[in-house]
Amino acid sequence: MPDVQALVNDFVLKLKRRKIEGSHASARHTAELLRSVISHQRMPYMNQAGALIDAVKAVGEQLIAANHVELAVGNIVRRVLHIIREEDLSSTATGIEGLGISAGSDDDDEGQREDRPALSAAALAAAARSTLRAPSLQTLLEDIPDSAAAPQPPSSGGDSEGKSKSADKNLRSRKLKHDVIEAINELIQDIDTCHEQISEQAVEHIHQNEVILTLGRSRTVKEFLCAAKEKNRSFRVFVAEGAPRYQGHVLAKELVGKGIQTTVITDSAVFAMISRVNMVIVGSHAIMANGGVIAPVGINMVALAAQRHAVPFVVVAGSHKLCPLYPHNPEVLLNDLKNPSDLMDFGEFSDCMDFGSHGGSPLLHVVNPAFDYVPPKLVSLFITDTGGHNPSYMYRLIADYYSADDLVVKRSYLLSVLLMTGTLGIRINLKKLRTAEENFANSIGCWCNKPVEAPSSKTLAFIVQI
Amino acid sequence: MAPKKGHRFSSSEDPEELARVPLQAILLADSFATKFRPITLERPKVLLPLVNAPMIDYTLAWLESVGVEEAFVFCCAHSQQVKDYLNKSQWMKQPGTFTVQPIESHDSIGAGDALRVIYNLGVIRGDFVLVSGDTVSNMSLKEALQEHKERRKKDPLAVMTMVIKHSKPSSLTHQTRLGNDEILMAIDPDTKELLYYEDKTDQSQRFITLDKMLLASTPTLHLHNDKQLYRFPILMRKRLIPVVLFLEILKDCYIDICSPEVLSLFTDNFDYQHLRRHFVKGLLVDDLMGYKIFTHEIHSSYAARIDNFRSYDTISKDIIQRWTYPMVPDVQYFGNCSQMKLDRLGIYKAPEVDQSRTAQIRAFSLIGNGTTIGDHSVISYSVIGQSCSIGRNVSIQGSYIWDNVIIEDDCKLSHALVCDGVHMRYTHTHMLSVKFSFIIFCSKAYMMQKAISASVVNDFFLVDLIAWVPELLMVEVGQKIVIPAYSKVSLLPQPSKQDSDEELEYADANSGVVESPYRKPPRKRVFCILLIKVGISGVGYIWSTTEGGHEEEWRQSIAPIPAEKLMEFSLSAHTDLGVSNQDVNSLPASGELQLGSEGTGFDDGEDYKDSADFEKELEATFQRALAGVNPDNVILEINSLRLSYNMAHADCAGSLFYSIMKSALSAPFSSNRELLLNTGKELSRWKDLLKNYLKTIDEEIEVLLKFEEMCLETTKEFAPLFSAILNHLYEKDILSEDAILSWAEEKEGADESDKIFVKQSEPFLKLSTYKENNLKTLCAG
Repeated sequence: MPDVQALVNDFVLKLKRRKIEGSHASARHTAELLRSVISHQRMPYMNQAGALIDAVKAVGEQLIAANHVELAVGNIVRRVLHIIREEDLSSTATGIEGLGISAGSDDDDEGQREDRPALSAAALAAAARSTLRAPSLQTLLEDIPDSAAAPQPPSSGGDSEGKSKSADKNLRSRKLKHDVIEAINELIQDIDTCHEQISEQAVEHIHQNEVILTLGRSRTVKEFLCAAKEKNRSFRVFVAEGAPRYQGHVLAKELVGKGIQTTVITDSAVFAMISRVNMVIVGSHAIMANGGVIAPVGINMVALAAQRHAVPFVVVAGSHKLCPLYPHNPEVLLNDLKNPSDLMDFGEFSDCMDFGSHGGSPLLHVVNPAFDYVPPKLVSLFITDTGGHNPSYMYRLIADYYSADDLVVKRSYLLSVLLMTGTLGIRINLKKLRTAEENFANSIGCWCNKPVEAPSSKTLAFIVQI
Repeated sequence: MAPKKGHRFSSSEDPEELARVPLQAILLADSFATKFRPITLERPKVLLPLVNAPMIDYTLAWLESVGVEEAFVFCCAHSQQVKDYLNKSQWMKQPGTFTVQPIESHDSIGAGDALRVIYNLGVIRGDFVLVSGDTVSNMSLKEALQEHKERRKKDPLAVMTMVIKHSKPSSLTHQTRLGNDEILMAIDPDTKELLYYEDKTDQSQRFITLDKMLLASTPTLHLHNDKQLYRFPILMRKRLIPVVLFLEILKDCYIDICSPEVLSLFTDNFDYQHLRRHFVKGLLVDDLMGYKIFTHEIHSSYAARIDNFRSYDTISKDIIQRWTYPMVPDVQYFGNCSQMKLDRLGIYKAPEVDQSRTAQIRAFSLIGNGTTIGDHSVISYSVIGQSCSIGRNVSIQGSYIWDNVIIEDDCKLSHALVCDGVHMRYTHTHMLSVKFSFIIFCSKAYMMQKAISASVVNDFFLVDLIAWVPELLMVEVGQKIVIPAYSKVSLLPQPSKQDSDEELEYADANSGVVESPYRKPPRKRVFCILLIKVGISGVGYIWSTTEGGHEEEWRQSIAPIPAEKLMEFSLSAHTDLGVSNQDVNSLPASGELQLGSEGTGFDDGEDYKDSADFEKELEATFQRALAGVNPDNVILEINSLRLSYNMAHADCAGSLFYSIMKSALSAPFSSNRELLLNTGKELSRWKDLLKNYLKTIDEEIEVLLKFEEMCLETTKEFAPLFSAILNHLYEKDILSEDAILSWAEEKEGADESDKIFVKQSEPFLKLSTYKENNLKTLCAG
């Protein structure tokens, strides 16, 4: 499928060259790209989900490596992987058990989110995996009987599938792909409509005569505020300009266009103004699994100011910004240092950066980080397209969207082993490890009668023990 | 490579058709210079790594990012290597609209030749971007292109738009950050037209000669130096031309947007070789064709060109400090280099770096993939390439180390450039320390020949380079050898004296490769060949710096400017206030400019800037006349002065009169009467001369005004004698009656203080009016 490869390369190049930036755009493009990857993927006779997962992982790996800062790309790749797994499980379950679970419980389960048949299958699959993870809050609350979830080990499922279902295989193979593509279409639609879904909740949060403070410009925040205005709420907005890109100026213009009373302040005036503010609403770049937020630079300061004056600090974000990773050294690893010329004119200061004097090292350095990390304890509420959530609830949400197997999107798990050994401080001979890995993979493969796609953390730990 | 036929440009194409032509670019993958020798003897300059990616990648990536659709890479020196690289690289097989096409030529010796070759191929159909392959930029061309297109629509003679940028040089050395030649530009602030361009301005004598027509045609004018901008609000009034100077700094980015005519201009003028020195200056001087060059100034974005080691150093550091974003190491803009991780303090590290726990990597360093760093080594401000091996206790500071270099324990390098495949070893009997130097090897992939250059500052620094593997052995520098500062050591012999002289003549116009330097006898063979096994001695040639090149060496080396030099500069700056003026807004005009007449220029270095100067000059001329110069010659001299200052006759008359009066004053006198006599004598002596300039009544009034001014301000001695001298002037026929009367009339409206002299000469005036009236009545009668 050369045309798909060309598409992938093109997108990778665009990501690398920072031609596609911003969570929304990159998430959408990624989803579309993966959709076409899947639709072009030739389906093998056996283990179709595995083939799809492999294909998506192969592409996803490149995409994530292309711009490690754009977390939305990785999120979407993992979402798609999750979708494939769910669809696979549900089709397996339907194949074997002829759908033992009543439709009613299905609807109850996921109905509040989406009542599509495809996702009801996903819910079933989620239930099927419930032995692997702790029961989710939703299932506990809604009291789905555990027996109905019918835990069926995936390996044996694949096995029996291979044996018995030869007649409707063709049909099912098409069905799996079709279902996956359907689900991805829904995902794309979700990404597109996340702004509307978030802003539908605006009136619940913004009350009459309130003062809202925001920093920089976020499309989600803008739509959120505009939605409240459309519902005839009258409120005032303080916009911190968001140096060095001054997107706040753009936002102020847009808000005024909608007839919202707007005040522009400098970033440094946030603390002075915060005592008059009823609520801080900001956008974000990504929400991490611990409930921490990666957001445009300056927001940490706003969050601290809000905490000092007990002002609610609300983050609005589409669910595609939900990242299943934990932030480790986020100021550096999840940051992007942009062009220093945003801060100041190179020509004006070029005499301060003369390498000819001062022993070859200039005394002036200019640093322009793009993002701040806001720890979860500073966040009062997340408003995503599925509703408002506490920071401590984020990991639950993530468990609903992602499967734990996909956290490391690598086809080979060599690197994850290396990572683990690295943290343990063990040096392992690379060659030895490689052979060990191959042996291990083979043995597991024989054992499960199906190639291992990705190791769970258990198997990794096992390797390390070896 | 095949030339596309039938696309020869014709200027009659309508603008719509022009607009459809894809944006094209010509990339000169040959600098036609010898600054990077001896490295460039074996490798084309554009393929030299700049922060771990070949320079040409930066240029191509920039071209791609600004929306260029077809790029023609002109290769001359080492063209095969460039072509091979391009074929391997992503640029050739990239999907999308950006295509790269190499064009090869073997006999081009300058940019002019290159453009002529491209013209003959006929591949350029519309406006194109002209850059050299060592340009690093992240600017957006959209605006500049738009401006260029719009200007072209209005004025088909606007053939080129040059990109310029602010840049401040150090106040001490008057050197740009990039260490290049100084450039003086004159730019019309309204139209952005380039009026004057001069590179290589001499440090000691910083005058420029401007065409007076140029000054006359533009009311204000920006003169851009590399470091200064002068603004001349030239008031075209009778008397004064105030000159206000503002200092500002611009640099030439060597990025041009050209119209297709540029190519044909090169073809028409077969002697054009250098883009700036020949072409730009040629166009500016040539007023027959009337082609115009405009400029586009960029502010926030980055653009610079590497043409010497200093700029290599500066631009590398700019890249590491991310001024060229998104073309920075961790963004993988070019796609093919390994992924870098950016740590705190601007430390870039490839994923597979084997670094000892005790090794320190300090701020603004880059470590390439597969490099190992031993215990207690310290690296700061340096770029280390791929697969290098650095031993223990090594100190590397401000250096550029390319790929596959092995540096053994205890070596110390600062400000060195170490090319591919060098093996450096320290023997325990001697300290190895390379300071302020280039250690240049070229990898064995290229002709198995290597070059090093090293230098010493004050002490004995012993460089012990030993090839570990026999086939890597090329240059060894033996023990106890002192290598002079800034010299380059290479295995390739330096082209002999004869050659280098020729090169110097058109240093920049010369091709990067000289075909036959190898057969020449080595100029200096410092190291004798000993046994390789012994591993103590070395083989190689010291590349001596050319005469007068020493100056250049410290200016353009990677090493920072030595402290002594800086001291020197600060001392000279103190003594010469005019040069070290750091006050941006109020630099006095003196000593900076010379406005020549009709472009001929004055040979003496005096300052002429306004009418005060003119007066002085005229007085001097007059003094010469007093000393017995032939009056005819004096007239000639004064005339030429007048032209050069763009003065009216009236100014001349006034100044001349002033001089005469002064000379009268200089003679000894005891009483007013004597003074009057003296004046009378002088006036009658110089009457003829003065008469030359008193053609109309206006000039006579000017003389009167001048006289009045003198009496009031400078030579008060004449004040009581005003009326008498006026009478004298009248009698000698120097001033006419009409002039005096209209002078008096002019003064009628003035306030009392101005009327002193009118009153003083009232009797005379009355007499005149009376006479006149009489005359009138007579005539009437």
